Amino acid sequence: MYAALWRILPGPWWVRLLIVLVLLAAVLFVLFEWVFPLIDGILNKNEEGTVGT
Amino acid sequence: MVRLTRVSRPNDDSAARRDQRHRVSFFGVAGEVLVTAGVLVLLFIAWQNVFNTWLLNGQQNGAAAQLGKQWLESAPSRGGAASSPNAAAAGQASVGPDANVPVESEPGNKQTIAVMYVPRFGTSWKRTIREGTGLDVLNSSQAGIGHYASTAMPGGVGNFAVAAHDTGYGSTFLRMQNLRIGDKIYVQTKDGFYTYAFRNYQYVQPNEVAVLDPVPRQQGAQASDRLITMTTCNPPYHTVERLISYGVLESFSTTPPAAIASEVG
Repeated sequence: MYAALWRILPGPWWVRLLIVLVLLAAVLFVLFEWVFPLIDGILNKNEEGTVGT
Repeated sequence: MVRLTRVSRPNDDSAARRDQRHRVSFFGVAGEVLVTAGVLVLLFIAWQNVFNTWLLNGQQNGAAAQLGKQWLESAPSRGGAASSPNAAAAGQASVGPDANVPVESEPGNKQTIAVMYVPRFGTSWKRTIREGTGLDVLNSSQAGIGHYASTAMPGGVGNFAVAAHDTGYGSTFLRMQNLRIGDKIYVQTKDGFYTYAFRNYQYVQPNEVAVLDPVPRQQGAQASDRLITMTTCNPPYHTVERLISYGVLESFSTTPPAAIASEVG
């Protein structure tokens, strides 16, 4: 899977590495900004820290 | 010509071997998917407990600092006008049940009430208190502490009850178990500064709403003390119990108490 990705990428190894790093950063950004907050909202529906809810 | 172009590539044998090496196997892909899933879970935990906590702690502190400064700057006119007998002298008021401590009326849901300073939680720790204990207040980058609706307001006779997370979303009350008897809890409203002193802890079940009573856990009792009650989860990172901290109002002042003067404005 990842080996296939590496082969698909164009250019010499350092260009591929650069592309991979940019892709990783983009994936991390999407996860941290949107995906993880959404999952956290689903997992923690109870109002922690409060009594009686 | 066709032959020639083929010669310029690696020979057929090694190409075939390469194809075999690169053949996608079920277990290869399954393994990579599982490893990826594991990394994602670890990333989520890191986001929750390190990144998001760090981010919101900074934002909530910043929002509270700005609000505190704003109230202090708009205070001089109020301070000058505060000619009530109690606020005379050094701007200090005694706090018996009949004392004339300013108490605001309760605002609507999500409205700003106060800024809290607790030196024991960290010298620069501060948080905005808003009305209501929903996640839209506790998780807000602009707040962090929620006021239980229909409990007393800051300085009021009865029980000024608030809630916050111990871990996650700014980890507002993470260090609550560090409180020592007598530790000061400062609450700033647009009227001035209420100084509470920490009195005791209670560890209770999550459904123990009686801790919010005007006299905590004594239903129907007539309140004469001016209390603050802070609730959070216990133990840290878990939600099985609630840690309750009680404090008693010691004084009210229109000027910042010395201990937090450098943190306000």
